[in-house]
Amino acid sequence: MGVLAQTDLRLNTTPIDFVFVVFYFVLVLGIGLMARRSISSSLDFLLSGRSLPAWVTGLAFVSANLGAIELIGMMANGAQYGVGTFHYYWIGAIPAMVFLGIVMMPFYYGSKARSVPEFLRKRFNPTTQRVNAVTFAVASVLIAGVNLFALGLVLEALLGWSLNLAIPIAALVVLSYTFLGGLSAAIYNEVLQFFVILALLIPLTVAGLARVGGWDGLKQSVSGLPPGPEQVSSWPGSALTEIANPFLSVLGIVFGLGFVLSFGYWTTNFAEVQRALSARSMSAARRTPIIAAFPKALIPLVVVIPGMIAGVLVPQLTTLKQGGATDVTYNNALSLLMNEVLPNGILGVALAGLLASFMAGMAANVSSLNTVFTYDIWQDWVRPGRPDDYYLRVGRTVTVVGCLLAIGTAFIAGSFQNLMDYIQTLFSFFNAPLFAIFILGLFWKRMTGTAGWTGLIAGTVAAVTVDALVRSEVIAVSSQAGSFIGASAAFVVGIAVAVVVSTVTAPKPDAELVGLVWSLTPRDRMRTGEDEGSWWQSPVVLGSIVIALTIVLYLLFA
Amino acid sequence: MSEPQDPAVDHGATDTAPSAASQLFDLRSIIALLFGVYGIILLVMGLFFESEAELRKAGGIDINLWSGIVMIVVAALFALWAWLRPLVPPGERR
Repeated sequence: MGVLAQTDLRLNTTPIDFVFVVFYFVLVLGIGLMARRSISSSLDFLLSGRSLPAWVTGLAFVSANLGAIELIGMMANGAQYGVGTFHYYWIGAIPAMVFLGIVMMPFYYGSKARSVPEFLRKRFNPTTQRVNAVTFAVASVLIAGVNLFALGLVLEALLGWSLNLAIPIAALVVLSYTFLGGLSAAIYNEVLQFFVILALLIPLTVAGLARVGGWDGLKQSVSGLPPGPEQVSSWPGSALTEIANPFLSVLGIVFGLGFVLSFGYWTTNFAEVQRALSARSMSAARRTPIIAAFPKALIPLVVVIPGMIAGVLVPQLTTLKQGGATDVTYNNALSLLMNEVLPNGILGVALAGLLASFMAGMAANVSSLNTVFTYDIWQDWVRPGRPDDYYLRVGRTVTVVGCLLAIGTAFIAGSFQNLMDYIQTLFSFFNAPLFAIFILGLFWKRMTGTAGWTGLIAGTVAAVTVDALVRSEVIAVSSQAGSFIGASAAFVVGIAVAVVVSTVTAPKPDAELVGLVWSLTPRDRMRTGEDEGSWWQSPVVLGSIVIALTIVLYLLFA
Repeated sequence: MSEPQDPAVDHGATDTAPSAASQLFDLRSIIALLFGVYGIILLVMGLFFESEAELRKAGGIDINLWSGIVMIVVAALFALWAWLRPLVPPGERR
């Protein structure tokens, strides 16, 4: 003890910085209050009355994913691995987002389902809906707790508040605007958050690059640090995958990250899909994930590059890269770099952006939880057939209960060493089996209702089993690789069980599956959208442009 | 365990016309307000209150000044967009 000087993680804030933070919070709560005026039905509260324009739902879509865990985690990866981190964004998100918009959204939006579980009821049966709704509700509360805990950590580190104070206060802010304004307030705030987060990231990158002598200067200095020059080229990404063979490493990135993980996350995660379901037309719903793909492709430039800059500029992180002893971790990269390069004033904007990104993640969890609980668990199962204002009250109550439970799960999350591993494990339990039965049900009309829920449960059991084997070290791999094996096992077992069960149970008649199964849906039904006016608003054209943009970005950072 | 029957009825709320939820206020003017205020404060700080040490932090760039200018431009663009294309109340949209 006492060998190392304690690194001060607190930001050098002055009162002027808090003017920015306070003004931001006034607007956030103001949006909640204004959104309240227009809520007259449960659909208004839980699905924004299906009336939002595509640019709003698109930016909310990307913002719901731009939570603080993502921001801090990816900047940490940038500091540790360099340019290889781009894979998480480019191959790990863009193809799946375009696929969601072009191929899957016609089924989601066209079925008029209000949630992913409700879609499962239409395609399979009520049991599948209930199994998925309950697991989703549990997962949402657990993940909201992770976001809340991470926010508490930052408030503690940066401002010196205690965790026991910071967590309930953060929960209260998210609760107040989602309670008042429902999904509209959550989505509008996500759009505002998107811009404030950019106002944090762009000046950080510009100032950082100025300090290290531009991109060329950064390349030069970062190549001199471990793991060496591969930090400035994206392929084959061996540092990231821990696979030495270049061919296998590329294969791992393309199939592991690009297919199972990313398609599983983007196409079935209701916290994301919900943003598109609240769009005002089929065309707007289909454009939502594709519009979101543009910022998603560009954001890593102002996340990964500052991460690399932090590795060069912040002495403690440089020591860490060289394998020396220090009291910081890569997770501190963002706040350390903010302190290093941002003067007071813009530092306050950055602090507001950081707090915004925490609230974005949690608000997305809470607003999707209350939709699934109210519609899929309460209205379709426990208390059907009540008047709509009854369900509006249920939605508001669930928002409060969800936030209170999240305070509890925040302290569970605090007992895990690595938050990213915890999230990945939850993901392998819940999303991977869902993706398996989803994709099978979409393309194979013979798949039966019973196969839906048995496949889901079998997949989850497979993932939980793998997790137990990894924890007890029967399978000797890192926890990151463990959650990937778990996700793959869940996918394979889910498909296998669903196929076997389908062969021994009776399928739904074709007539009930129109609009829910690929081969039974007329092609023109997928293409139409009433406000699809100009050619540039076509999802296919926009999707092709964003894929081309991603390829150009890859060529620049090859 | 017997499986519950598919109710096969759609819920009233889904089919009723969307009410005014999205049209309640214009998000574009909120964004313009936020960045307008941020931009002006940063501009003033960058012009009059920037010490040598703070300039060195960002490699000699007056980052407050430039961020302030960009934010004012962004605010102006959003205000202009909101002014040129005001929201149409629901129902009047084609």
